[in-house]
Amino acid sequence: MDLLLTHFWELTITGLAIGAVYSLVALGYTLVYGVLRLINFAHSEVFMWGSFAAVWVLMAAGAGKASGLGLAGYLILGLVAAMAVSAIVALLLEFVAYRPLRKRNSPPLIALISAIGASFTLSELMGLRDKPLKWFNASGLQDYLGRPRENLPFPLQVETKRLFYVFNYHVSNIDVIVLVSAIVMMVILDQFIKRSRLGRGIRAVAQDPEAAALMGVNRDRVIRLTFLIGGLMAGAAAMMYLLKIGVTRYNAGFILGVKAFTAAVLGGIGNLRGALLGGFILGVAENYGSALFGSNWKDVVAFVLLVVILLFRPTGLLGESLGKARA
Amino acid sequence: MPESTSTGGATGAQVVAPEPTESVPDTSVDITVEELVDLPRGKMLEVDDVTLRFGGVKALDGVSFHINTGEILGLIGPNGAGKTTCFNVMTGVYQPTSGAVRFMGDPLGKRQKFQITKLGIARTFQNIRLFHNMTALENVLVGADAHHSTGMVSALLRLPKHRAEESEGLDRAFELLKFMGLDRRANELARNLPYGDQRRLEIARALATNPKLLCLDEPAAGFNPAEKVRLMELIQTIRDQGYTVLLIEHDMKLVMGVTDRIVVLEFGKKIAEGLPSEIQDNPAVIAAYLGVDEDAS
Amino acid sequence: MSTVSTTLHRVGDRFRSLPRPAKLALAVLAVLLVYLLPIINPPLITTTDSDFGAVLFSCAMYALVAIGLNIVIGYAGLLDLGYIGFFAVGAFTVGVLGSQHGKLPLLLCIPAAMAVTMVSGVLLGAPTLRVRGDYLAIVTLGFGEIIRLVLVNTNWLGASRGISNIPSPPSIDLFGVPHLVWNGAVASIDLGNETRFLQFSVTDSIPFYWLTLTIVLVVLFLDWLMQNSRVGRAWEATREDEDAAELMGVPTFRFKLLAFATGAAIGGLSGALFATKQAFINPDNFTIIYSVLFVAMVVVGGQGNRWGVVLAAALLTWAPEKFRFLSDARFLLFGMALMALAIFRPQGLLPPRRTVRAKQADEETEVLEEGVAHA
Repeated sequence: MDLLLTHFWELTITGLAIGAVYSLVALGYTLVYGVLRLINFAHSEVFMWGSFAAVWVLMAAGAGKASGLGLAGYLILGLVAAMAVSAIVALLLEFVAYRPLRKRNSPPLIALISAIGASFTLSELMGLRDKPLKWFNASGLQDYLGRPRENLPFPLQVETKRLFYVFNYHVSNIDVIVLVSAIVMMVILDQFIKRSRLGRGIRAVAQDPEAAALMGVNRDRVIRLTFLIGGLMAGAAAMMYLLKIGVTRYNAGFILGVKAFTAAVLGGIGNLRGALLGGFILGVAENYGSALFGSNWKDVVAFVLLVVILLFRPTGLLGESLGKARA
Repeated sequence: MPESTSTGGATGAQVVAPEPTESVPDTSVDITVEELVDLPRGKMLEVDDVTLRFGGVKALDGVSFHINTGEILGLIGPNGAGKTTCFNVMTGVYQPTSGAVRFMGDPLGKRQKFQITKLGIARTFQNIRLFHNMTALENVLVGADAHHSTGMVSALLRLPKHRAEESEGLDRAFELLKFMGLDRRANELARNLPYGDQRRLEIARALATNPKLLCLDEPAAGFNPAEKVRLMELIQTIRDQGYTVLLIEHDMKLVMGVTDRIVVLEFGKKIAEGLPSEIQDNPAVIAAYLGVDEDAS
Repeated sequence: MSTVSTTLHRVGDRFRSLPRPAKLALAVLAVLLVYLLPIINPPLITTTDSDFGAVLFSCAMYALVAIGLNIVIGYAGLLDLGYIGFFAVGAFTVGVLGSQHGKLPLLLCIPAAMAVTMVSGVLLGAPTLRVRGDYLAIVTLGFGEIIRLVLVNTNWLGASRGISNIPSPPSIDLFGVPHLVWNGAVASIDLGNETRFLQFSVTDSIPFYWLTLTIVLVVLFLDWLMQNSRVGRAWEATREDEDAAELMGVPTFRFKLLAFATGAAIGGLSGALFATKQAFINPDNFTIIYSVLFVAMVVVGGQGNRWGVVLAAALLTWAPEKFRFLSDARFLLFGMALMALAIFRPQGLLPPRRTVRAKQADEETEVLEEGVAHA
């Protein structure tokens, strides 16, 4: 209890920062759910692949300790790499695992099973990434592909600078970078969905797929678009995750995915702003929880929260409204 | 006494003694002598000032009518008039926003759907909702199970109760399949039955729950005229066996021939109620149906 | 793939059409053969890199898991992604009562484990079975992970060290059964290597295999009794169309809860068997990946077909042991298999008989309709 009170602001700010990561990943779940009524179980692996892309690119670029303009350059490079790879993986995922099912109107359970299969495939591919080393005798890639079941450290080291105080917590530059860039992403996305023609297409399909089709909205294109956006956001999240956590691994997606999904449900799945709110609440709640019960129990907090929400408010805090709430 | 007991009475007149205990003990308290004299059949179901809102939309607006025991009541109205919604309120799918539905004098209240079925209201669906991957016989058995109480333990131990219920259910299911002309298709999957048979199977399944009131939601949809006529005869036979029938039908001509009374809904409101001949000449009803293409049914 | 399943179905048909005594004799023979597998050590099937008896025990144990999960997924249509949680609860109940905090004999621990898992199934199911189906999958996933985290973090349960010295079933040492050894196609009796009947010990897995196999057969029979009753029909109707079932008088929630609790109890039973066979358990044995593996068994086997899921469980357990070089890629292969299955054969390798019939009839109608359209 003392811990919670004395470190309240620190817990809040760092919670918001990690919550921003949850939010960005949650957007992917929420978008796909809104349009397809499908829990894209493999979305966590989209995130994971993005994180590897960022690490690899920065390793190749020889990133190390950096500050100022150099730091900004590395950050943008990593971000672009992560977003690009995540987007590609997300589109591939849609093409391989979901589109064939949609064409034959499979029941939701089957789609979920395909999603689970895709999730395993993607994460195990990364977990077996050392195999090509032997096949091609490419020992030069040892650093990149070796020891596939262990943590891969993020090469970029950002010197922690304390910028300003929020009450008694001295906010660090990393917190600021993560929070600001996440919020920028969210605002862009929100405006895109609200104002652009493509965004209207997404909302139309979410609301009523058949009517949207009659009005000339190309459903397949809208679906591809939602996977693309989800992937981009997951990539951005991956970069921020690396800044906060500093390592990634082949199964880093799983826990993060479940948490992001929790965030999406917490805010009301299908509802974009709900996903954001849910992510922030979850990040902060987790921090408070670990201060209260010990950091061992941090992950339990998220799961318990998920169960409790589903019991008492299954439509989430803001309701399910990418299109409309379905009874 | 309501007519539902007359099934027992007609076949075996000598068995008089157990009559009061045989069924519907609740109503005997509610129905007074005066009412019996006034309405010899008694009210089976009363829809009392029911309003149902979805958000801002009033799907039903102060609808009141009743169904007499032993009659065939037609519920008609143009598309979107709230007929099926009305069904859904009566069978517990929706809770009315205000007003009440009383079955044999007893408000349905917050009873769950399966409890209402056990009380004695069974229904079919406008768009067929059979258990498609179960056989015709199994579909009917599920209906018959409504009054069974075998649980896991008695099923695992094959207790006498389980055996008795199982054979009773099978007998009843076969009887109903035969009645509907489906006995030769008992072991076929519901999804493989021809369309008409699926509709009839839905009725058999509903009858298997041993209802007092049978609600049919456009049972003739998609039938050709000859099939429609045959179905209406069947519905009359069902009534003659002692069931009370509520029939939703879109096609007014069809409904005229078979029903005892008719209630007309439009835009969630009752606009008329009466004998078929009265309804036929009712200007409001004619207005409601004007512009509706005859072929649309 | 489909030729395999039609062959298997044909075998089933042949078997069913036999006269009763022949059927009985064949069944007894087959069961006897399965019991004697670890004694006979048939050349192609025997795993060379790992103890065949232990592999067979795992096959039987996972078969039991699959039967339990099949009730939940196959019969009642509830996607449970946290089944490992029940398995863990069963194993740890035995550990706690038999070793960590008590010295109860195993024969009391096992029913206790089933009771505890059943209760935990009800506690989890009662609030969650009302939520939408796809949410249930995630809630159960969360449950499985919570159980593991609680195990890791609770000293009372041994934390990450786990629990050791879990009791074995009582032994009655009657006689020894020598094993067969094969030299090519020639078998000889290896008198130096025998299994004591019935001596449960860490060194010999075969008695555990026999015990588990017996339990599997009993549970299969109970499963059959249950499915062919009002309970089975109610599950099936609920899975097909929950609203319609409810309107036909099926208290769907109660039956879903029953399926969930029954499945949980069977999961607990398998966990208990696992615990006694291993004599030592720790939280690492219960990671979430197993939940997905279990689901894979049920889906691959054909949801709703008890023989299908038993076969799939045995196959999916045996194959990685037999083909050790593949074991690294085991989960990758599972993942791809699940995807391929969902896309190309969503009904599983050995779907319940009726689904097959329905499919065929559907295809026939489609052909007919197309014919009409072309004409």
